[in-house]
Amino acid sequence: MSPTPASHLHLAVALDGTGWHPASWREPVARPHDLFTAGYWAGLVAEAERGLIDFVTIEDGLGPQSAHPLDPDERTDQVRGRLDAVLVASRVAPLTRHIGLVPTVVATHTEPFHVSKAIATLDHVSTGRAGLRVQVSGRPDEAAHFGRRTLGRIDAYDSPAARDLVAELFDEAADHVEVVRRLWDSWEDDAEIRDAATGRFIDRDKLHYIDFEGRFFHVKGPSITPRPPQGQPLVTALAHQTLPYRLVARQADVGYVTPHDVAQARAIVAEIRAEQQTAGRAGDTLHVFGDLVVFLDDSEEAARARRDRLDALAGEPYTSDARIFTGTAGELADLLEDWAAGGLTGFRLRPAVAGHDLPRISRDLVPELQRRGRFREAYEAGTLRGLLGLARPANRYAAA
Amino acid sequence: MSKPLKQIHLAAHFPGVNNTTVWSDPAAGSHIEFSSFVHFAQTAERAKFDFLFLAEGLRLREQGGTIYDLDVVGRPDTFTVLAALAAVTDRLGLTGTINSTFNEPYEVARQFASLDHLSGGRSAWNVVTSWDAFTGENFRRGGFLPQEERYSRAEEFLATAHELFDSWRGDEILADQATGTFLRDAGAGSFAHRGQHFDIHGRFNVPRSPQGRPVIFQAGDSEEGREFAASGADAIFSRYATLKEGQAFYTDVKSRLAKYGRRPDQLLILPAATFVLGDTDQEAAELAREVRRQQVSGATAIKHLEFVWNRDLSGYDPEGPLPEVDPLVGEEHISRGRAQVRMYRDPIAIAREWRQLAEANKWSIRDLVINTGNRQTFVGSPATVAQTIDDFVQADASDGFILVPHITPGGLDPFADKVVPLLQERGVFRTEYEGTTLRDHLGLAHPDAGAAPSRRAAS
Repeated sequence: MSPTPASHLHLAVALDGTGWHPASWREPVARPHDLFTAGYWAGLVAEAERGLIDFVTIEDGLGPQSAHPLDPDERTDQVRGRLDAVLVASRVAPLTRHIGLVPTVVATHTEPFHVSKAIATLDHVSTGRAGLRVQVSGRPDEAAHFGRRTLGRIDAYDSPAARDLVAELFDEAADHVEVVRRLWDSWEDDAEIRDAATGRFIDRDKLHYIDFEGRFFHVKGPSITPRPPQGQPLVTALAHQTLPYRLVARQADVGYVTPHDVAQARAIVAEIRAEQQTAGRAGDTLHVFGDLVVFLDDSEEAARARRDRLDALAGEPYTSDARIFTGTAGELADLLEDWAAGGLTGFRLRPAVAGHDLPRISRDLVPELQRRGRFREAYEAGTLRGLLGLARPANRYAAA
Repeated sequence: MSKPLKQIHLAAHFPGVNNTTVWSDPAAGSHIEFSSFVHFAQTAERAKFDFLFLAEGLRLREQGGTIYDLDVVGRPDTFTVLAALAAVTDRLGLTGTINSTFNEPYEVARQFASLDHLSGGRSAWNVVTSWDAFTGENFRRGGFLPQEERYSRAEEFLATAHELFDSWRGDEILADQATGTFLRDAGAGSFAHRGQHFDIHGRFNVPRSPQGRPVIFQAGDSEEGREFAASGADAIFSRYATLKEGQAFYTDVKSRLAKYGRRPDQLLILPAATFVLGDTDQEAAELAREVRRQQVSGATAIKHLEFVWNRDLSGYDPEGPLPEVDPLVGEEHISRGRAQVRMYRDPIAIAREWRQLAEANKWSIRDLVINTGNRQTFVGSPATVAQTIDDFVQADASDGFILVPHITPGGLDPFADKVVPLLQERGVFRTEYEGTTLRDHLGLAHPDAGAAPSRRAAS
């Protein structure tokens, strides 16, 4: 196992249905009828693994997709419905060998106890390739699916009410992740002793109550699932502003950010690094990945024409929180190198059309980056943490 | 004999976190590594079993205020490991035990619907309830549910989950690339449920899965549990594996179906069963005694006596006589997180009876626990065990068995290799899977079968 050269970029691919463009399902390569089958997802992840990608993320949500940021819509012209992302990742795990699997988990309505053992189990079934992408939900319709809390309606994003809600959701998510992480450590690695002489299967002194008491919930522990192979599976989050940057700085191993140029990238990285320092994590490896939506073709004109065609099918131009890149693999490689100079350590690429742009990433972009000495030639580690240069962490409860 | 032979249903229970599982045997492997689950599932599928079964407990057991350390401890998340097993099996049903107290219907319904999609229609849900504050300490709401409401919550949970599964008919996704219509129906997945335990509405986001709904198992044995099963379950995971008890249970539960408009073959009764095989009946009997001694170490014997005595007996010698002190009868029990202790309703009487038994047989504490505890259900040569199982099923004591081997992961192998071929020769067990879904294996109709045409096929 050789360490990743510092000049290497890390690449993740974000999987979401048939792709990130809302009309992507209408492309001949899209296979919309297969969306709810295991084979569809296995195919996408195999393609990413062929490109030696660090990991895939899988989008999820506790309600149907909607073109509206807060309310359900009645649209019938876009993909609606999705499978549970953790289960998709787990279904694919035995069919892959190297690539990391990072499903989305909504902290707002889920039990950290269930999430912790689910991701620990994903790590067991993939022998060390699991992670999670934590997300909050401020959508009133999703809250109504659970009926356990009412979320105030946000009318304007910059209103005080909106700020309060967002702050509360992120505080809760931070506690959620804290519980998930403590539960992963609630078994020491050598807790299972199988001591026939005393008849003891475990050394119970190596199992720990986590005794978490927070503003939103209490959790006792220990987990029912032994410590996962990576010790701590990867924690990741998408962040667009200070509060989520803080969550990333305090709790994550990888943050996804959405600069639109290198200056913005530099400013965001600086803010996160400062928060990381404040959080007392200056010595920890924390990756900051730039998110990009990508349309990749042999020429910029072809990519632009494809984007225009999809926009026409959708009836409106596609917009995104992330920069939308339209061009060739060589041009994208230029951009990635430029932004990396701004402090980003990797990128999460969102294929506009999964069936088209994902193979372009694995078959065009990756070889281009390899030619430039900026990407791995083979998987160099057996775990996801290993691929990202993250050490296997000591257990917080183990006696030093 | 005019009655046609019943076909036997067989399932494999992954060895659990109790003293049935012998971890000290040299053949015993990991209980958590995925390779163990793969071996176990592939053995079951090789033997054409109906399904694999996973139990669940959401808090590690404690006794005397500390974590119980004598049994296997630790297991994976049920949904996650079943989804992974779907990748390494093709036909085997995948049954998970999921608690209706410490979960929410929307999330569980989407997990089961997803598992059903990802396995091509092989999912099943063993619905269990609990109420204890002990387990609740691991969850946001804590121990919120009064004991007497656990079945009403379970019933409403299941009914609500069914409303969610049924919120998609199955024909909504048109995905017409030419016209741009993905959904035929803008309201696909719409639901609204208002009840005592759940007040939820909105849109379910997983389209209808191959089986429509997962196969539903029920495991409780109380009056309410039996009624709950009769009203809507597809199968019961029971514990009556002796002929007489089995027949009584079978008759009782099947007779409850008519009032719900259901036929006897719409609810399968599948007791848990353990087994020990030998080349001869005598060899098997000797092996079974050995296994019982492995299952009940001296330390385990003391802990099991504590279930009844409800006090610390660590000072007693397991090879010595039973305590003369009487059990402690009270609210707080020394053992927590274990359903079994509720079986001892009159501990003083049991203690008296056990002391007499031990005295009469000159048994030590360990001997007593070995002899009064659960013996293996089937002990014998493959021919004996095959015949016993067949007789049992043909005599309407069950519709088959959920087998619980005592060794992980290889404990099912001898049964698959030696007993299954004999059952196949008898013509009472499949030699090939005939269908692809778990409902096919169990002979259960798809929930949409017989539904009104308007419901099944719009436009």
